[in-house]
Amino acid sequence: MTRIGTPASRVDGRAKVTGAAKYAAEFEAENLAYGAVVSSRVAKGRVVGIDLRDALGVEGVIDVLTHENRPRMARSKKAYEDDIAPGGAPFRPLYDDKILYNAQPVALVLAEDWETARYAASLVRVDYEQEAHVTELESQRDEAFDAKNSPKPRGNAEKAFAAADVQHEAEYWLPIEHHNPMEMHAATVIYEGKGKLTIYDKTQGVQNSQAYVASVFRLKQDDVRVISQFVGGAFGSGLRPQYHLPLAVLGALALKRSVRLVLTRQQMFTFGYRPGTIQRVALGAKSGGTLDAIMHDALAMTSQYEDFTEHVTNWSGALYKCANARYGHKLARLDLATPIDMRAPGGATGVYALECAMDELAVALKLDPLELRLRCYSDRDQNEGIPFSSKKLRECYRQGADAFGWDKRNGAPRSMRDGSELVGWGMATGIWEAMQQKASARIVLTANGHAEVACAFTDIGPGTYTMMAQVAADRLGLPLENVTVKLGDSTLPQAPVEGGSWTAASAGNAIALACEGVRTQLVRFARKVANSPLADAKPDDAALVDGRIVSKQDSSCSVSIPDAMRAANKERIEQEATAESNDDGKHARYTHSAIFAEVKIDEELRIVRVTRIVNAVAAGRIINPKTARSQILGGVVFGLGMALHEETQVDHRLGRIVNHNLAEYHVPANADVHDIEVIFVDEPDEIINPLGVKGVGEIGVVGTAAAIANAIWHATGIRVRDLPVTVDKILG
Amino acid sequence: MINFQYARADSVADAVRQIAAAPTAKFIAGGTNLIDLMKEGVERPARLIDITHLPLKDVTETAGGGLKIGALVPNSDLAYHPAVEKRYPLLASAILAGASQQLRNMASTGGNLLQRTRCVYFYDVATPCNKREPGAGCSAIDGVNRQHAILGHSAACIATHPSDMCVALAMLEAKVHVTGPSGERVIAFADFHRLPGDTPQRDTNLEPDEIIMAVELPAQGFAANYTYLKLRDRLSYAFALVSVAVGMELAGGVIRDARFALGGVAHKPWRDPQAEAVLQRQRPEEETFRRAADTLLRNARGFKHNAFKIELARRALVRALAQAARGTPQSQADKKIA
Repeated sequence: MTRIGTPASRVDGRAKVTGAAKYAAEFEAENLAYGAVVSSRVAKGRVVGIDLRDALGVEGVIDVLTHENRPRMARSKKAYEDDIAPGGAPFRPLYDDKILYNAQPVALVLAEDWETARYAASLVRVDYEQEAHVTELESQRDEAFDAKNSPKPRGNAEKAFAAADVQHEAEYWLPIEHHNPMEMHAATVIYEGKGKLTIYDKTQGVQNSQAYVASVFRLKQDDVRVISQFVGGAFGSGLRPQYHLPLAVLGALALKRSVRLVLTRQQMFTFGYRPGTIQRVALGAKSGGTLDAIMHDALAMTSQYEDFTEHVTNWSGALYKCANARYGHKLARLDLATPIDMRAPGGATGVYALECAMDELAVALKLDPLELRLRCYSDRDQNEGIPFSSKKLRECYRQGADAFGWDKRNGAPRSMRDGSELVGWGMATGIWEAMQQKASARIVLTANGHAEVACAFTDIGPGTYTMMAQVAADRLGLPLENVTVKLGDSTLPQAPVEGGSWTAASAGNAIALACEGVRTQLVRFARKVANSPLADAKPDDAALVDGRIVSKQDSSCSVSIPDAMRAANKERIEQEATAESNDDGKHARYTHSAIFAEVKIDEELRIVRVTRIVNAVAAGRIINPKTARSQILGGVVFGLGMALHEETQVDHRLGRIVNHNLAEYHVPANADVHDIEVIFVDEPDEIINPLGVKGVGEIGVVGTAAAIANAIWHATGIRVRDLPVTVDKILG
Repeated sequence: MINFQYARADSVADAVRQIAAAPTAKFIAGGTNLIDLMKEGVERPARLIDITHLPLKDVTETAGGGLKIGALVPNSDLAYHPAVEKRYPLLASAILAGASQQLRNMASTGGNLLQRTRCVYFYDVATPCNKREPGAGCSAIDGVNRQHAILGHSAACIATHPSDMCVALAMLEAKVHVTGPSGERVIAFADFHRLPGDTPQRDTNLEPDEIIMAVELPAQGFAANYTYLKLRDRLSYAFALVSVAVGMELAGGVIRDARFALGGVAHKPWRDPQAEAVLQRQRPEEETFRRAADTLLRNARGFKHNAFKIELARRALVRALAQAARGTPQSQADKKIA
């Protein structure tokens, strides 16, 4: 039996590596038509003419849809709002002639095959009336407006900062980053007739996509079924319905045929991204190493049509003890697509700045950076004035530092070397919210001891299938292979988008609750068995172990599941349950981590190698240490890319992203990744939810970039405050 | 991608005949660059002539003690060819510094010479580019130009040549055997690629109706004292910011002969005889290396995002010369800089 807390290989691993797992663009349909998107070449203005003659003249082209000839779509902007739309009016693809950002879709070519569609797309000639655009964040400092999401200030941070023994104040820059999942966004829309559509969509939320399509195209919700059983990575890019979805549906409705639409790699740079930010962090401290003042201000970008806002600054006052804190968050409107959450949205951004600033403060205080964190340790979330449901961050620091050998660090920059390389050791703290969303799960247990667990969550790669199977197996006392999982289908019990690290807590607790219901029924059935040893048992008196209903008082008293079900004349038990957060506002709910990084940098050539990372994580109960470790590894590599590689380059004259491919947009290659050690610190939490689960999807990336940037300072004595840290910035 | 016709050439003569008859045709071998460019609409050949069946796949000894490498020898085969590993380890090293194993399996020797620039504007048909569309203007000069040239650029184009292998071939003074309607000819490697001048659309001096048959390596392979040092924005699978190929002959503690070529800095692999001359009959000392680097970069000029390459190239050359002199060439497997 694979219980909660024991490592299990992915139950869908074989399907994935053998190709049996099918992704959105891999589903076949009779008479399938193929779409290709034509992207705008200007950043702002309007379409004044579209010449389709050449495209329509290509043999195999069925039609070309534009804002002028498309089928009806909802007029109201409201109709385009999905579950997690920010304020404003969502982008409506092919709705009208307006160009809101460079490379937005302006036409959809539909053809008998993909090659023809793509060729014809290159023949669509669009004339634009261009208007002046702006895409550079810094140029909009004075135009930016206040976002409405900053936590309340406490004390008087300005005054405390001015009076502090030691002050540190600096700006930290983060460029635009794109998610770049391996799988391109795609949808295969099966035209079922009679107003019904079955849509295989690359998405992080099937019910979100379903509601969106129903709303935009005025269809009955039940007539739209969205399926996304396997997702080739998303990292947040699939949280909202992207334009591939409405365009594929538009094509299917126009042709009354099934349509497949796959975006190109270049088009993966034509919607959401992690917004570029300029942050100012000011820290005032007593000479003894405690904080008097935190001021954290962020300037972030959003589009002209929505107010995308992350939680960037609040982490500063939640993480460290400090009587005076003030936050600011401004948004600047640019002629770019609306940003979208990207792995640890806001947290990866804000904690990067905070943790670099803390490192600089430690230098100013002549304190070891870890020691500074310990002196500023907070047992309460001072933003809210409440204790944590659990916080084993001190233990993360201790175990991480031990594993890394932090006590051997010489604090002076350029003081450690290995042959021709400078060695740098840096550290940072990580923090992320431990959230739970309302979700439902259904268990069907059959008399042969097999269970099916179903929930509409998607599995974008963390191992949701395995986690769900494991919770059910544990709670039903069944072997893992006796549990099958259904997910990623809008007809299944309700689930929100997979994101925010909340899936394990949300689905897990719903499954556990459904299993309770199954157990209650089984105990009732067991009592009916002739001469039942559980004749007097109440539901809570028995547990499910190894396929049996077993008395908690006396384990020799038990009834097998098949016997119990036979006695009740039942072939199957079906149980659905809904779980939601028990958050009553009395406890702060966070995961924490301590990251230690070693870099080796050639002294002359300044090429950086990240040779070692230790990440110690406190994230409540870990359901599957194997897949959870993979999550942290992936998060750390994400952070490594953030530190050294990732940068979406915009030509501000053209208002256009220019490194829109994986050769020029760099993510870490295997050669960039060396030893990464993941430690899960034991963190029992009886408050947060019945399973004690917090989630690990995001915490691995938070703080990692800061730990690496701090290590680079320690190696070279050069403080880089704008990511990524490329060789030109540390040549000296 | 536009629709195109596909034809196969049965012999070199047939290939030449076919290309002469169809001026907008292109030869295709591994296709690792051409197919990408066709997908982006940058290359739009009406016809592809498949040359993968031509008998240009052998590596043979030459009378002069060198090697002749058929134009269709895959990069990966060449990198691991015993004679190359033994006598031209620099070439093996440079090949392994480039691309990925999968790409090297597909990429051919001749195709490697014909790689086109990775300038982001060249790749994006929505932006002006003189190389793609003569007279349209250069977006890179005042645009995003981190990857661009610091030597030999022109007002029309500041693109760089992306190949690693060609940097090694330039240093080794390989010869390119080509054939066309007017017969065979041999092009010195230094004359194969061009500087952009006011015709950036032409990367090489190969005529449109000519085909590369082979690359010939002279006997001198600098197997004892050489290196290929490539600096880039991540440790693998990235084009060079700066790369340096060095070959050196030492005798009695003195440099008898030294050559070097740089990649990532110009429209072609960059040789500078005047800078190399600084090293002749000198002791292999850092001071001398610095003088060579100063000479090399005397006319270097950077742009908004790539000016750092001048200093990086200086340091890279000094280090590469030291690696070669010490006999400790850069490993392409261990990313620690030797």
